[in-house]
Amino acid sequence: MDYIGEHLLPGQLGHFFIILSLVASLVATFAYFKSSQASLAENAGYWKKLARIAFITEVISVFAIFGILFYIIYNHLFEYKYAWQHSSRSLELKYLLACFWEGQEGSFLLWSIWHCLIGLVIMKTAKKWEAPVMTVVSFAQLALATMIAGLYIFGWKMGSNPFILLRDSGVLDNSPALHVNFDVNQPLKVDYMSSITDGNDLNPLLQNYWMVIHPPVLFLGFATTIVPFAFAIAGLWKKDFGEWTKQTLPWSLFSAAVLGLGIMMGAIWAYESLSFGGYWAWDPVENASLVPWMILISGIHTLLIYKHTGNALRATYLFMILSFGFILYSTFLTRSGILGEASVHAFTDLGMNWQLLTFLLAFVIPALVLFAIRYKEIPAIQKEEHTSSREFWMFIGSLIFFLSAILIIGQTSLPVINKVFGTNIAPPEDAEFSYNSIQVYVAIIMALLTAISQYFKYRRTDSKFFWKKILIPTILAVVAAAAFILFGSINYLKKGPVFTAALWLAAICSMYSIIANAGYIWLGLKGRLKLSGGSIAHVGFGMVLLGIVISASNKEVLTNNRNGIPAPLGDGENPMENLTLVQGLTVDMGKYNLTYEGDSTHPKKPLSFYKIRFKSKDGKEEFVLKPNSFVNYKGNEGLMSNPASRHYWDHDVFTYITSISNPDAAKDTTSFRTNKLKQGDTLFYSSGFLILQEVKKKDSLPEELFGKEGSLYEAPIKVYSKTGSVYSVTSRLANAKGEALALPDTITAESLVLQLQNVYPDNSIDLGVKESNAVMKYVTIKAYRFPFILMLWLGVLVTTIGIIISMVRRMQLNRSGEATS
Amino acid sequence: MKKIHIALLVMVAGAIALLLTFLKTTSTYDTVDTAMSKPGKYVHLMARLDKTQPIEYDAVKNPNYLSFTAVDTLGKSVKVVYHNAKPDNLEISEKLVLKGKYQDGQFDCKEIQTKCPSKYKEEQAKGGVHPGNVPTNGSMSK
Repeated sequence: MDYIGEHLLPGQLGHFFIILSLVASLVATFAYFKSSQASLAENAGYWKKLARIAFITEVISVFAIFGILFYIIYNHLFEYKYAWQHSSRSLELKYLLACFWEGQEGSFLLWSIWHCLIGLVIMKTAKKWEAPVMTVVSFAQLALATMIAGLYIFGWKMGSNPFILLRDSGVLDNSPALHVNFDVNQPLKVDYMSSITDGNDLNPLLQNYWMVIHPPVLFLGFATTIVPFAFAIAGLWKKDFGEWTKQTLPWSLFSAAVLGLGIMMGAIWAYESLSFGGYWAWDPVENASLVPWMILISGIHTLLIYKHTGNALRATYLFMILSFGFILYSTFLTRSGILGEASVHAFTDLGMNWQLLTFLLAFVIPALVLFAIRYKEIPAIQKEEHTSSREFWMFIGSLIFFLSAILIIGQTSLPVINKVFGTNIAPPEDAEFSYNSIQVYVAIIMALLTAISQYFKYRRTDSKFFWKKILIPTILAVVAAAAFILFGSINYLKKGPVFTAALWLAAICSMYSIIANAGYIWLGLKGRLKLSGGSIAHVGFGMVLLGIVISASNKEVLTNNRNGIPAPLGDGENPMENLTLVQGLTVDMGKYNLTYEGDSTHPKKPLSFYKIRFKSKDGKEEFVLKPNSFVNYKGNEGLMSNPASRHYWDHDVFTYITSISNPDAAKDTTSFRTNKLKQGDTLFYSSGFLILQEVKKKDSLPEELFGKEGSLYEAPIKVYSKTGSVYSVTSRLANAKGEALALPDTITAESLVLQLQNVYPDNSIDLGVKESNAVMKYVTIKAYRFPFILMLWLGVLVTTIGIIISMVRRMQLNRSGEATS
Repeated sequence: MKKIHIALLVMVAGAIALLLTFLKTTSTYDTVDTAMSKPGKYVHLMARLDKTQPIEYDAVKNPNYLSFTAVDTLGKSVKVVYHNAKPDNLEISEKLVLKGKYQDGQFDCKEIQTKCPSKYKEEQAKGGVHPGNVPTNGSMSK
């Protein structure tokens, strides 16, 4: 049956390239494998040639798939489910790419594209390592290709196809309007497309520029971890146990730089566009990308030990294997839906759990088995490392970092433990603290180790030499620490004195790390920046630690609510962090006076910007923040808030909307509550009280309006609000031409309506009191102050630059090594 | 035995000790009955909003007080008090994870996680992209 308005060609082409990429990556894997195993050079060459053709075909297919999918999204071909589900006509051009990473299929595709580019570089540079390394990469490509295959094999669904048509996806099955005779059991109408005019759009939280750039970087980081893994496997496989490390080092450094940057760009995205009030929440999705990075960092350090001393090769193998292994484990964890209740994200199953698990096991089990078989053959030095050697401390550091990563992933894996063992373990009361309370000590140890390790030499260090070199930075650090203790602050007392002390110590050790590593650039390396990559990276790492400790522990809630009903809260309970601002009414909030001045709306979307003026009481600062919210946006009912912040060099003021006045509630359903009052009587209402003044009867009324028997009573009332404001209002009751007419008075700011209902001969009255939300607009906000968050972002930048300098240096060394040999 | 091996043993022992300590602090997933059976203990109460009962929240009077009734799959219900802003999708949520403790006849909730039905069934298939714990504003359906 042909339907009107469908464009089927792109989808058919897409299907074709998906199948082609499956076949090509299978052929590439097989041919590269044969080439690696071939004993004759001639055979190896033949298979390699075939393998290269296959891999290049694979590259072309993957790019074609990506291009076709982009064409579909760009042209709003909503007959395809992917375009319909992730984009809309009103979606800005700059966010079109973000549609790719919103869906699982697109993000697998992105990952695959990076593998393609990595594969091409390896093909060009790896020489004798090409065949075994590319066997692993091609196999990974095969695995990724199955993820988007969308094939059914013996009733078993393999992958999820991005080119599936909307009408085949089941989405339309329950929409009678689109079916013949409005019967869902009948086929679709021929012109059903005329009813599908717009897509579901990109999740509003992803409509942020960080969301456009951070996933590609993060996925490049993910993708590059396969290179050290593949080289390690190649080394074990070909029993060439040491040589692979040479090419691996620059790749590992590149991977660490990109992955680290990607993770922190994700943190910036969370800070800028999510409203949980921070940049890191130890969420499973965050942990899942942090853990492989930490293990990779351990692997790089043991690799350096091996290069300089011949030690730690076995550990290097293990770390490189596990780093990629945990990338796959993370993929399984975050995409399978197993996290369920443990993550705020409703990661729902694509029905691919077994496939994801197979992907994980197909790499990790053979790799670990191969490692175990070859373990004894891997060269290891029996002589013990001296405690005054650099390698000793580096190794200790790598181990601690590795174990800390294992602890993090262990804590994150509770849902997996529940699944496997049938237990019922939920995260602790303060899930973030359960990580922080451990990781703060890791931070202290890592900061100390990074501070001192470079001052040791490889193998053995003369103690006089060591103390002489490290003396100056240590003295400087002591001075800095003293200044920090005197003038700085750690205001984080709610977890007890031990944790507070640990935070102080972590801050001081981070300073030591920054100073000692910066010092080493001059003291140890004579200021030669080309050689200082490691030191620079460590300076950056110290800055990151310091930035985290200071910004997180001194985070201050600005919207401490002192108004409203006091709630019985125990010690250490969450303070009241929400504050309601009524439009036009200035509210006192600590250092600032806040006014909600009004809102404006996006021309095309239900996106509102709320203008909130911050004015410091000393009059020195005044600025406007415009946090925004999507209200009841396409299938995402409720409020989706994006925060806004004001950046200063030493702190950020950060605010977001938690609630707004409900426009639907404007129907004003509350009725008047009647109270009998005499002059001078006091009556309480929810946020204050009022006092009735003297009730007066007006004389000499115009007869044409009131008639002969007309009367007019005025009841002046003073309203004393809890906020300290006093209002004078007058409620009136008229009797005109035989009809009683109440003229209520309203105090907008207090949402109070007062109606004079009856006047008794003794001048006492019936007063109707109504408190209604309908009379005003308000927003409820939370605001925080984050000190020194800039330190964290700068630290990330410095670390990345440092690692890149090291990478360039290692590449130069490799090249000059080749030239001389 | 090398020093490094001793260090390794110490570290691994330390890591195991930390993990065990962590396991001691964990809580449990509970129904209303089991949560009531351990008053004062922090639990994850799995329930949904009882739509027949009123939701008490007035951002103007007090933006930090929300009260409603939750009912679990066994039909047992409990009054919930939450000292924070009302999650905007509370009313349309189909499932709630209420983190807090039962005490003094009510469930004192510290964190609410709302799970919402998507407009389209297929919409849920998204998944995959992202982090960010959104305790106060569970409207992220990711």
